[in-house]
Amino acid sequence: MTASDFLPWIPVFPLLGFLVNGLLYLVAHSRLGGKDAPLGSHGHGDAHAAGHGASHGGPDDHAGHGGGHGAHAEIPFKSLHTWVGPIASGLSFVFALLAIGSWWKETHGHHPIVATLWTWIPMGANAGWFGSPDFSVDVAFRLDPLSALMIFFVTLIGTLIHVYSVGYMGHDEGYGRFFAYLNLFMFAMLTLVLGANMAILFVGWEGVGLCSYLLIGYYYKKDFAADAGKKAFVMNRIGDAGFLMGLFACVAMFGTVDFGKMFAAAAASPAIYAAGGLMTFACLALFVGATGKSAQIPLFVWLPDAMAGPTPVSALIHAATMVTAGVYMVARCNVFFRISHEWALKTLGENPTVWGLLTHDASFVVAVVGGITAFVAATIGLAQTDIKKVLAYSTVSQLGYMFLGCGVLAFGAGMFHVFTHAWFKACLFLGSGSVIHALSGEQEMTAMGGLRKKIPHTFRTMFISTLAIAGVPFFSGFFSKDQILGETFVKGHPVLWVLAALTAGMTAFYMFRLIKMTFYGEYRGPKETWDHVHESPATMTVPLWFLAIGAIFVGYVGIPNFLVPGGNRFEAFLEPSFPVLPPDWTPHPHVASHSLEWTLMLASIAIAGVGILLATKFFYPGSAPFALPEKVVAAFPKAYRWVRNKYYVDEFYEAVFVNGLVKKGGRLLWEIDARVVDGVVNGTRHLTVGVSHVSSWFDKTFVDGAVNGVGDSFQAAYKGYGKLQSGQTQNYAFGMAAGVFALVCIYIIFA
Amino acid sequence: MNFLLSLLILLPTAGALAILFLPRDKTGAIKALATGVAGLTFVLSLPLWFARGFRESAGFLFREDLDWIPSLGVRYSLGVDGIAALLILLTTLLSVISIYSSYTAVKTREKEYYVFLLLLETGMIGVFCALDFFLFYVFWEVMLVPMYFLIGVWGGPRKLYAAIKFFLYTLFGSVIMLLAIIALYFFNTTGFLWWKGLGNAPSFDILHFHQIAPLIPADLSLWLFWAFFLGFAIKVPMFPFHTWLPDAHVEAPTAGSVILAGVLLKMGTYGFLRFSLPICPSAASNSRVQTAVVVLSIIGIIYGSLVAMVQKDMKKLVAYSSVAHLGFVMLGLFAFNNAGMQGGVIQSINHGLSTGGLFLLVGIIYERRHTRQIADFGGISQVMPIYATLFMIILLASIGLPLLNGFVGEFTILVGAFLANWIWALFASFGVVLGAAYMLWLYQRVFFGELKHEENKGLEDVNLREVLTIVPLILACLWIGVYPKPFFEMTAPASAKIVAAVENARAAARPVPAAVAAAAPAAIAPAGAVPAEVAPAADVKGH
Repeated sequence: MTASDFLPWIPVFPLLGFLVNGLLYLVAHSRLGGKDAPLGSHGHGDAHAAGHGASHGGPDDHAGHGGGHGAHAEIPFKSLHTWVGPIASGLSFVFALLAIGSWWKETHGHHPIVATLWTWIPMGANAGWFGSPDFSVDVAFRLDPLSALMIFFVTLIGTLIHVYSVGYMGHDEGYGRFFAYLNLFMFAMLTLVLGANMAILFVGWEGVGLCSYLLIGYYYKKDFAADAGKKAFVMNRIGDAGFLMGLFACVAMFGTVDFGKMFAAAAASPAIYAAGGLMTFACLALFVGATGKSAQIPLFVWLPDAMAGPTPVSALIHAATMVTAGVYMVARCNVFFRISHEWALKTLGENPTVWGLLTHDASFVVAVVGGITAFVAATIGLAQTDIKKVLAYSTVSQLGYMFLGCGVLAFGAGMFHVFTHAWFKACLFLGSGSVIHALSGEQEMTAMGGLRKKIPHTFRTMFISTLAIAGVPFFSGFFSKDQILGETFVKGHPVLWVLAALTAGMTAFYMFRLIKMTFYGEYRGPKETWDHVHESPATMTVPLWFLAIGAIFVGYVGIPNFLVPGGNRFEAFLEPSFPVLPPDWTPHPHVASHSLEWTLMLASIAIAGVGILLATKFFYPGSAPFALPEKVVAAFPKAYRWVRNKYYVDEFYEAVFVNGLVKKGGRLLWEIDARVVDGVVNGTRHLTVGVSHVSSWFDKTFVDGAVNGVGDSFQAAYKGYGKLQSGQTQNYAFGMAAGVFALVCIYIIFA
Repeated sequence: MNFLLSLLILLPTAGALAILFLPRDKTGAIKALATGVAGLTFVLSLPLWFARGFRESAGFLFREDLDWIPSLGVRYSLGVDGIAALLILLTTLLSVISIYSSYTAVKTREKEYYVFLLLLETGMIGVFCALDFFLFYVFWEVMLVPMYFLIGVWGGPRKLYAAIKFFLYTLFGSVIMLLAIIALYFFNTTGFLWWKGLGNAPSFDILHFHQIAPLIPADLSLWLFWAFFLGFAIKVPMFPFHTWLPDAHVEAPTAGSVILAGVLLKMGTYGFLRFSLPICPSAASNSRVQTAVVVLSIIGIIYGSLVAMVQKDMKKLVAYSSVAHLGFVMLGLFAFNNAGMQGGVIQSINHGLSTGGLFLLVGIIYERRHTRQIADFGGISQVMPIYATLFMIILLASIGLPLLNGFVGEFTILVGAFLANWIWALFASFGVVLGAAYMLWLYQRVFFGELKHEENKGLEDVNLREVLTIVPLILACLWIGVYPKPFFEMTAPASAKIVAAVENARAAARPVPAAVAAAAPAAIAPAGAVPAEVAPAADVKGH
């Protein structure tokens, strides 16, 4: 079998898994299946929510460990779900490896392989901006370095998280539903990354959005979970509208949405497509889509709320895979962004202003948005006390980093960070899940502490991943972050570099703060919880260790070339995904001197070191663990309040857009609809009825009167007529003549 | 000669007559007969799907042509192109589903109820088949009567208000349309007012009117266009002629809403693409007219969505979502390119499936609780998981999730709109966002959260019959979502012809420089196919 034979199966397995799990779940919960009322199991679901929603006010996601163990009813088809879910994902991993393997054998990774399945939407001939080819969209998958990278870690990490979920969700009554959704997510995500054209990418794009919605709202009985799900979906849709505009611009420009054809056309004659800022328009529209999916300013607020979903979901969807789809898409469309950048430089001349760049250079916009998001999210992360919220803001911040990389046209570096981040952030989230699991649902770090002895595996794996994300040398995050920082500086964006460097420092700080607050010092929660603290089962710790090992080693595929010549195999591997543009559209390579590279690297190490040092000094310097932080908070109360409350962005959006524009606007229009638009209709009715009354009166008085009058007059006339009947012929003859005369006159006058 | 279309038209009426002879208390037999007849009609309509001719040309197939009122040139002339055939299939499918869904919902005057539903089916199929304006008008009006009674007799508390409003409003539109038809008739023969006639033999032949369309002077074309517009825009309904719709939907029985949304609204869009565009192409292609209609469509999309957002009654919410969806359809039709036109046609079908499905689903819950107020629900996915799943799938189809039908339609429409004017697509895409917002909010308030209301705790999940009414719709949604190619192929020639008619009129109105003219044929490629497709009227009559 060839690579193109394996390719379609990769998303199909999870789809089958979804169908099996979903149908089994429905059968188990339906009257049709002959099982008795679903109410039985639900009553006990309620007990869960109550049982531990009560322990603290915060949004915890984890349905009842500890307390309710004895009360668990059988989960129908549990063992089937346990096997089907992870195996569907696992098979997809196997087939991904097979496909990549045979693709490598066939082309050594130099040429993409496209498997076209069927024609999806044939639209016929349409006049585009540059000609009018028949336009149709195929259902087709594409394997090239970018998608190979993505399917590799998506299926691998996805499978690990499936396995983890067996343990984590083991007591949840919606076990089957959970695996159905998780499988569906895998299907959508793999469709997204394998899609050979923008429309299929969009299928996956919307699909992952749907699964994210379903999984965030997994504990749908709780309002905040349902709210968070809806918020995520709607915010994503705003982005999607932008993405669609970009897609349509591509249709109008290229008459196709096939990646291969579009990129070839664009790379062959960039000047045509760049003219007048067309390409910049398309890029910016696409990037709006990316800000939605990858939670960038201004559409970032949904991601922290998304933590209402079960923790494996946070790890898989909201850290490792789905949220990086925006970065993937930008990297996928790298030709467009490069063209937009060169066009901006050509148009703006030697010394472009920042404003000029922002309005002409889409890649610069990406870099700026990414850099600012990274910084802002990191500041928010400093003050969060919910363990998952810290990680969520950290994710937003790291995604900003990836966009910064892409924005400075270092797409390889951006994707490298996508890759390394997937490992350590998934590990961190799963670790936090393990912590929450151990503490029967507790998520507030203020009620943790001293856990490292009780849950050693969780501690060690999380610690490793924290070293990775903080950018400690020789861990994976170090290599990818350092590349982005370095490229940002070398490509001539010192301000963004400062921003990113500060972000790196803050990242190291808040991550070590998390570790210290969770695992060190004295335990600060209720005693009975402490007694129940236990390490998670092997289904959870084994995936943790897998990911932690990855968090150490996956960085070694991208060792900077100045350290080890040819060390950056990662970038070399991705090379064929970055088509070559004509020489006059290719920027002069920025060659950094070795000393500069070394300086930058040492700088980023130093920054991480400062962050770590501060965090260790800050928390638990002695007997009063929070004395120093409290002093700082007291010194800057306002700043703290703003950061702690996420700059009130949510409140702002809620007031202006949700309640203001949409709900108030909707109500206003509804009033208008009922009173004015419909008022006219009803007014017409009343008018008609009124007129009818008038005519009725008129009818009775005049028309009917006239009719009666006519009758009367006939009677009168009859009497008179009788007198005419004289019997004299000349009288009749006169009458006839007069009549004819009158008719002729009428004819002459009117004809 | 082929009598398939006549059979489809008459079969439901025959069924209705047969039901009249059944005793009133034999409700089981009445239901079975009604379902059987509708089912048979559906099966008999299937050859329309398999006819290869639609995929090859824009011509009208399954022609029937008989003298009816020779002195006026009125003929019993039937025939369908790919678009009409698809709409007939939708009609027969939704008819059988809505009859089958009424078994427990309607408990009074069942006999008359099913008689009216079957008569309605006759009218609807007739409208899509008629190729004679007189005949078309007859069916168009015939359809109103059963619908009027369905709302007025089996409707909700304000049924009389809604029924009369529905009837008068649409009647008003049709009378204006009738004026346009009469004007066309006189233009074709003797002429009237200051317009000189063509001096042809009296005729109501629609295909003939398609042919003489280029001869219609610009000012008359404009008058005709707006007259037709009023008739069809009320039916669609377009903003600001939409207010009859929410009332009619809310008061109508479930089956009535399904048919209303699924088929009756499509009469409006069908009218546009069968009459307004091919008969008045010079008016339609006038960029001011086009912009006016497009702006109304876009207002419909955004306005309908925003108003849907704040509705407290589920049916009203779905009704306003229809206004938004049909705004999309109209936007597609008036983009005047293949993508938009085909998208509009496909989306007409999609709307019938998904909104019809939504009304069915709302009906199911209404039957159990006798309320449609969103506030009376909450958390019911706990007691009705299957129902919740079905609802979710149909809802996703409605908000245009890829791999379900709504996306295919919206996507193609937006491509068409973007190619015509990207600003249109930008505004319309707000509708995509709002659509997700109001639908998901509805879903959240009805299905998620705790079971707050005591009455809802005992709700029974859907039964087999109810599942069977929804599943065909879901399958159709999936089919169009995953493999819409046959649908596109079926409608491509017919829609290309309409686009070409408008494009030709535009090209005729604006003499183009030679250099551009050379490039133009590529842009309007299907134009060449047009004259050959329209069989001369005389020819047709000869058969």
